[in-house]
Amino acid sequence: MFDFSVVTHWIDNLLLSIMPRSCALFIEFILIGVALLLAYAVIALVLIYVERKVCAFFQCRLGPNRVGPYGTIQSIADMFKMLIKELISINHVDKFLFRLAPYIVIMASMLSFACLPFAKGLHVLDFNIGIFFLLAVSSIGVLGILLAGWSSNNKYSLIGAMRSGAQMISYELSIGLSIMTVVIFAGTMQISQIVEAQRDGWFLFTGHIPAFIAMIIYLVAGTAETNRGPFDLPEAESELTAGYHTEFSGIQFGFFYLAEYLNLFIVSAVAAVLFLGGWMPFHISGWTSFNEIMDYIPSIIWFIGKVGIMMFIIMWFKWTFPRLRIDQLLKLEWKYLLPLNLVNLLIMVLIVIFSLHF
Amino acid sequence: MNSALLVVVFIVAITLVAAALFLAGIMSPRSFNPQKGEPYECGIPTHGESWMQFKVGYYLFAILFLMFDVEAVFLFPWAVIVRDLGIAGLMNILFFLLILILGLAYAWKKGALEWK
Repeated sequence: MFDFSVVTHWIDNLLLSIMPRSCALFIEFILIGVALLLAYAVIALVLIYVERKVCAFFQCRLGPNRVGPYGTIQSIADMFKMLIKELISINHVDKFLFRLAPYIVIMASMLSFACLPFAKGLHVLDFNIGIFFLLAVSSIGVLGILLAGWSSNNKYSLIGAMRSGAQMISYELSIGLSIMTVVIFAGTMQISQIVEAQRDGWFLFTGHIPAFIAMIIYLVAGTAETNRGPFDLPEAESELTAGYHTEFSGIQFGFFYLAEYLNLFIVSAVAAVLFLGGWMPFHISGWTSFNEIMDYIPSIIWFIGKVGIMMFIIMWFKWTFPRLRIDQLLKLEWKYLLPLNLVNLLIMVLIVIFSLHF
Repeated sequence: MNSALLVVVFIVAITLVAAALFLAGIMSPRSFNPQKGEPYECGIPTHGESWMQFKVGYYLFAILFLMFDVEAVFLFPWAVIVRDLGIAGLMNILFFLLILILGLAYAWKKGALEWK
């Protein structure tokens, strides 16, 4: 299977041969930054188009089909539209916090985006506490949302932000505990090693029932974490106009929109990494020729495919279930998911300690 | 290397927002209208500020979250070395978990998990 670290080492050696170490490092950092920015923007644009198309097909509509063939450049047109809209400055807002909020939201999603392993050897940040780091930085996003709602001096925004805060911090626990279930099974927190540990079988299959339950809990909590689907109380358009970003206009609103879609991608990607083996191809032990054929498919296609399936499931949630009330939402987390998750965690520990797994 | 990359990613995020805001600042029109500056509350004139006292239920959940999130932070290092610690480690952590579950049960019984 193609290893992307070959490419990075080649670039590294090429740069080192023509210039001193510090210059080479500087140019590499710029290259990484540009690549990251491009990936971030392209994925967001594609995702917005896909979301609108999928949503349309669920409702027996055609979706965007005017701009470009099958409406494929609709989201680029939307991006330009957002750029040329006026940035309205409201009278009574807390100006500093109002300006700061988009930075925090984008920063949180960008930092967690940089942790994802896109293919073999193709990742930006790979700490030994990788998944824990991802969990930590992705929870900074809630700060940006709270700031946005609080600084707008708008009651709808405030209610939206408070609901969003309560919801995101509650479901953070379920995400943390279901990730911990996988960490116990894998015995490491480094993302590349978690992927590597799934060489002989994805955790969904080798992890027995606890891994399966953890995956379901993760998907439910992840949907709530991205403020989507049945958990879109913070921006329930029929009661709160647009929730925490009511007062944001033009590109400032665009940042929240961007971060929301990127968070969908990140949640699905983490689900793919933890339970479906990241970029690891599908292997069945013993079937050598089958495994070799699977190895021919590039790892980046495996990763994008798995993330796509996860994202489709989360979009499916959105159009299947009606919106929850705030009390139902908190009850689901604190009275059902959290105790279930703790029990699930202990079962996983017992399985690992007595090595009852395959 | 990794921590330098962390700074790079951080700068990229800030650059993205700043550059897009700068572009929008150049390209977007500007006009002034006193009505435009009002908070958007569906056309109804706003009453007072919205920086006011707020429902206490949210803070209760925030405190509960704090308790369980710190617990998760303590559990993560143990989760990595479950295999090596074995039964002895499990016994210790069970005691820790038991205290927390008692806390959750107490909050449950007191009705802190009900939304009123």
